[in-house]
Amino acid sequence: METMVLGGKPIALDADGNLANRNDWNEETAREIATLEGIPELTLQHWAVINFMRSVFEKEGDSPSIRRLTKESGVDTKTLYQLFPKGPAKKAARIAGLPKPKGCI
Amino acid sequence: MTDKPSPIERVSIIVSHGSLEGVYPGLIMANGARMEGIEASLFFTFFGLDAIIKKRMNNLKVATVGNPAMHMPTVFGAIPGMSAFATSMMKKEMEKIDIPPVDEFITMIHDAGTEIYACKATVDMFHLTMNDFCPEVDGVISVGQFYEKAAGAQIIFT
Repeated sequence: METMVLGGKPIALDADGNLANRNDWNEETAREIATLEGIPELTLQHWAVINFMRSVFEKEGDSPSIRRLTKESGVDTKTLYQLFPKGPAKKAARIAGLPKPKGCI
Repeated sequence: MTDKPSPIERVSIIVSHGSLEGVYPGLIMANGARMEGIEASLFFTFFGLDAIIKKRMNNLKVATVGNPAMHMPTVFGAIPGMSAFATSMMKKEMEKIDIPPVDEFITMIHDAGTEIYACKATVDMFHLTMNDFCPEVDGVISVGQFYEKAAGAQIIFT
């Protein structure tokens, strides 16, 4: 299994490169992952998306798709792509310490 | 030792059919490309244009005649209301898995940064104007311009 050093210690990753254990996640690891993904600073809007993703995952066991994010996170599609360039659902899930969304939409 | 194939960076997707099942695969692939960080453009041609014509885009129907995958005899498929019934069933199932109606999907795909074009030959043939199209359409282009814009992209014909 691959690992990544976050907060000074090695953390296990899944096959997609997302955190393997959700318990390894905290706001500091989120900031570190975001920096590695090319997002130097997490704004309130980033956090709104991240927290929305985590709450959906908590309830449903899967990360929400881009349509769900657009409809329910309070952040529209255009802004989502600006906040998380090159794949908002995929990137936000990674930063939120969740597996890659399974849905196609 | 083999090199790992390089990832797809751009796709140009052509939508040439106007049935519900003819339009959605192209939209899903365009949206899916953007979700993976792949650049995408959509080119609508022939009956595929129905997907971007304001008055028609939300009234696309499933083909129940001449569609062997419906698994019903052609005469049943031809019964009035059969196509509407199959369409409404399919739309319900799509909503369950978060596939939006065509107009909302086109907006989402365009907001995601996908360029959307209509085919000039078809537009001329059907005597259409930009006013017939939804506002997300970026322009009416010829096949030559399509190929120019598709430079370096994988072309997907649906």
